[in-house]
Formats: sequence, C-alpha cells, structure tokens
Amino acid sequence: MSVPLLQVNDLKKHFPVRGGLFSRKSNWVYAVDGVSFEVQRGETLSLVGESGCGKSTVGRAILRLFDITAGQVVLDGQRIDDLSPGGLRSMRRRVQVVFQDPFSSLNPRMRVRDILAEPIRNFGLAKSSAELQARVAALMDTVRLPRDALNRRPHEFSGGQRQRIGIARALAAEPELIVCDEAVSALDVSVKAQIVNLLQDLQQEFGLALLFISHDLAVVEHMTHRVAVMYLGKIVEMAPRQQIFTAPKHPYTKALLSAVPVPEPGADRNAIILKGDVPSPINPPSGCRFHTRCPFVFDRCRTEEPELRSTGGGEWVACHLKAVPEVPGPLGDPR
Amino acid sequence: MALLDVQNLQTHFRTPEGVNRAVDGVSFHVDEGETLAIVGESGCGKSVTSMSLMRLIPEPPGKIAGSIRFQGKDLLQLSEPEMRAIRGNDISMIFQEPMTSLNPVLTVGRQIGETLRMHQGLDKQAALARAVEMLTLVGIPEPARRVREYPHQLSGGMRQRVMIAMALACNPKLLIADEPTTALDVTIQAQILQLMLDLKRRVGAAIVLITHDLGVVAEIAERVMVMYAGRKVEEAPVAELFRSPRHPYTQGLLGALPRLGSSLTGAARRLAEIPGQVPSLKQRIEGCVFAGRCPLATDLCREFAPGLEEKGPRHIAACHYAPKEAAAA
Repeated sequence: MSVPLLQVNDLKKHFPVRGGLFSRKSNWVYAVDGVSFEVQRGETLSLVGESGCGKSTVGRAILRLFDITAGQVVLDGQRIDDLSPGGLRSMRRRVQVVFQDPFSSLNPRMRVRDILAEPIRNFGLAKSSAELQARVAALMDTVRLPRDALNRRPHEFSGGQRQRIGIARALAAEPELIVCDEAVSALDVSVKAQIVNLLQDLQQEFGLALLFISHDLAVVEHMTHRVAVMYLGKIVEMAPRQQIFTAPKHPYTKALLSAVPVPEPGADRNAIILKGDVPSPINPPSGCRFHTRCPFVFDRCRTEEPELRSTGGGEWVACHLKAVPEVPGPLGDPR
Repeated sequence: MALLDVQNLQTHFRTPEGVNRAVDGVSFHVDEGETLAIVGESGCGKSVTSMSLMRLIPEPPGKIAGSIRFQGKDLLQLSEPEMRAIRGNDISMIFQEPMTSLNPVLTVGRQIGETLRMHQGLDKQAALARAVEMLTLVGIPEPARRVREYPHQLSGGMRQRVMIAMALACNPKLLIADEPTTALDVTIQAQILQLMLDLKRRVGAAIVLITHDLGVVAEIAERVMVMYAGRKVEEAPVAELFRSPRHPYTQGLLGALPRLGSSLTGAARRLAEIPGQVPSLKQRIEGCVFAGRCPLATDLCREFAPGLEEKGPRHIAACHYAPKEAAAA
C-alpha cells in the first residue's frame, strides 16, 4: 500500500479568546478538536459542515498558516507540522491554496503576469526568463484565459475570471495538493459551473489531489470522491461520495442533506428541521457534541463522546446508535 | 385587480463612465397572497428592482421611471411622507444581512416596537407587549427575555427571525424579501424557510422573494420571474418553469446547477456551462441581452430585442427562437 499524500492525525487547534482587563486569556475556542483523515494522490476529499465547524481551520492548519495545538500533519510520509521555516519552503510548493474571495486574495497592484510569475520564481522552477514567460503563458491557456490579459490587473476581471487567476497561481508552483477553501462559493451559478468543470479537468490532467472545503453540498456531491462531515470541530462521518449522499448514517449528515432546498417544485421532501443553533465552540456540549440538536438523543450521548468507528466499506461514523433510524433521503424515498 | 402592478420600471444610475441601466423596462404584477420569486445572477437587477419598489434608491445618482401601482396608487407619484407611511406598514422588507440591517445600539423590542408606535400609534407598553407577541410568532424561545436583548446577543438565525418579526409587525399586505436566507447555514435556512411558509399561511401577505438560489425558489415560490442584465427574460408558474424552461438563459441556468442526487442517478459528471460573462450595463444593448452567450443567437437576435411573448399557459419568454409549446412535455 502506498503512502497517502496527506495524513492528518488527531489534529487540534485551539484559539485563545482574550477579554477583560489587560486582554488576559480568558478562554479557548476549540475550533478543531481531534480530526484525522487521509488524502490519496489524485483524490478529492471534501470537508463539509456549517459555519464554525472548523473546516477552514483544518485547511489552514495543513497549509501551516498557523501552528497547530496538537496532532500531526504528514505530507508524503514527512511530518510538516513541526518543520522549520526553511523546511517549509519545499512543502509550500507542494501544497497550494485557492481562497474563496477572488477579490481580496489577489494583489490589486500586480499585473496578472507578475502574480503568476511570482511562485515560479520563488521556487526556482524556470531556468531562464524565456522559460518563465512561456510557463506563465501556458498557465493562462490551462485555465482558459486569453494570453493578452497578462498585462491587466485583477480589478479588470470579473469574479469568475479572477478565480481562474487564483487557480493559475496555485498551479504555477506545480503542487500535488490544492486546498480549495470555499473556492466556488462566491460565484454565480453559471460561472460556478465553469470553475467546477475546470477544477475537475485539472485534476484529471495533473493528477492533483484536492482538499475541497465547502458548505455547498450539491457542488460537493458533483465533484468529490470522499466526504468528511464536520460538526463543532470534529468529524462526525466520513465516507465515499455515494454512501454519504445516498445512505448517510449520522443523524447530523441526514439533517444537513435533507435541509438543502431541492430545485424541483413540489418534490416530496421530508426535511429534518433541526431545532436551535449550533452551540458555541468555546463551550462545546459534553458527550456527543451534536446531542443538543439530535432528534435521536439518549442518555449515553450526553455523557460519553462517541468514537469515530468504521462501519465497513470505507465508512466512518461517530454515533452511539448501532443502526441509525431510517429517514427518507432528500429526494423522498430512495429510487 | 393585482395588489402590485409594475409597468416599464426603469432604474438607471448616473456614473462617471455613463448611465448604468440596472433595471431596464421591467413589468410584472403580484396578486394578493401570492409569492413571486425574482431570480437571476449578480448584477441582473433583481435587488435594484426590490429597492425601487420601496423607493429606497437614492436620487440622484439613481432615477426611477415607469409606474409602480400598489392597490391602484402609483408609488412613484407619492410624496416622501406619504411613502414613509407605507414603508414598514403596508409594504415591508426583509434584507439579506440581519447584522447590518438591525440597529446595534437598540434593543430588539424597541426596534420592533418602533414600527408599531409609528404606524399604529401604540404607546410604549403596548408596543413592547406586541413585540413579545411577534417574537413568539416567529419562534424565538424566551421572548420576554430576548425582547430586551441587543442584536449582537442573538445568533444569525435568530436575528433573521427578528427581522421577520419586525417586517410582519404591522400586518403588511406585501412583504419583499431580498435574499432572506443567503447568509444563513443550510440547517438554519431550512428553519427560516419553513417559518416563512408557515407565516404566509397565517398572515396571508403577498411575498416578493428576491434570490439567486433556485432551490429556495422551488421550495416557496408560486410564480417565477427570471431577470438577466436588467431585463425580464422569462416568467411562468414555478412548476412550469422548472419543467419546461423556454428561454436559453433559464435553460442554461438550470443545466448549470449542481444537484443533490447526482451520485444516485449516475448523471453526467460534467455541468453544463454558460460561456462568457454578463454584459456591461453601461452601454446600451441593442438586440437581445443574452445574445452574446446564447447558443441559438443569430443576427436577428443581435439587432432586434425580442419582446415577451406567450409561450404557453401563463408562460412568457423574451426569445425569438423559444418554441411556443413544449416540444415534448
């Protein structure tokens, strides 16, 4: 068995909350609290969940945008969470990121040519300036932007085009893994389809692994291989695409899927409407973190935290229920 | 007679680069108790349409022309004090971002009470009592305590409930909801949509729902109007629109939509794309607004703008080539 491209073992990230006199540390936000998963080469793993579930924090921890509290991040067999700044450089080439907001993630004062050339120069990927220019031009072709746009600046492009520039910049470093943090969430439907298709094509072409962080379940179902569902800093269920979307096991996954409005008027839906709001990650509930909103809660859930256990077929579920009650999926009865 | 009848609405903005025709000749109506959804992508003019209905467009640089008849009265002819008596009373509005549309330094109760005191002349005590009633109606737990709290003490979903309570406080006949659930998480969105459906049955107000989310449209609208680049391109009852969209733009939009259940049906792993971008509204567009991205476009489309034609029962679309009856319905 080959080594997975990325392994995350029991990752924790707690942020201090400062408050009161002299900004003392008064509390902790348990943003990510023990998350483990693997990403294979050429695979898309999606992290889904609602705001505050910690999915973006996981992405940022992998990119080493901050130090983690505990756990390990292993890239291709090598730990990267404790690397020195020098050692990080080569890791940074192999793991790139595409952010949500194409308006704030591109430097407005740089021309597209320089935005794309920067990573190539930084990592010494071109031997001559002619090669550099050739690479930059080729990147424009890859993301299907006209080459004559190279001398323009980000503000001259629409949202979808900017996201293409963001993707080209990520590709410039020839990465093996791209973290897509809500990369298509800010885009309109017709443009979103263009970018989703582009990401799928690029994955095929370059054998890229994608860590696709998103709250948009329909997009995720469309393009992912596996899904990890997060709730309050923990993974509650992880499974291949078809299992998650056709036979979700965890009550939260079921509720999440059933809550997505279906673009079919009069569709026979049995939405599970969860009561209340997501509890604060500063003071997460005892036992199972979902117990305050779970329709199937029983005594054990309030005190004992369920382990993420394998149920076969690559499925992992963190729930005390042996068999989760059958509820029709988002499209009514399974066809 | 329709509750709201909009004829040839044009909202233009003067900008240094020229006139921006954000809404360019849009007509529609809303019947009493009906839910009309206005859908389209960013920049199609759907929000400007809703702001125009409330006359919330700053003039200048904006300019609203056409007519907006509400219960037979043309809102564009009213004086500002007359308009103020209608806003929040007969017509009220829910905005997308509840954090920025609530006043952070006033308690929730005071903000709900304000409309009641202004429009219905209630005193402070009575207004507060009614505010508690409204919070109960929108399903906020412990309303008597929450009514004394400030917006920052509430979660996003609860703030949106407060917005709805405020909008419904004076029993409006028309509720304009501009992306009411866009900023919310799906499980909270499901709560709010259910609340809106439930309240509509109880209160009976007509709703104009502005959204880009076709899933939300399918869930609560009765009739749908599709906008593109400031113009109305199609309108139909909701089931009809999703079953047999006639305008190539609507067809493209529905084809580009990733759907849940794609792994079940094993549907094609590629989404349909609409090539290109929305045209700039700062130049006058001769011909069809969608011609630049349309697979069917010909010289006819580029030269002459198609009018809205009847393509089926209660189904109109602005396209030279859209079939009259569904080919195979």
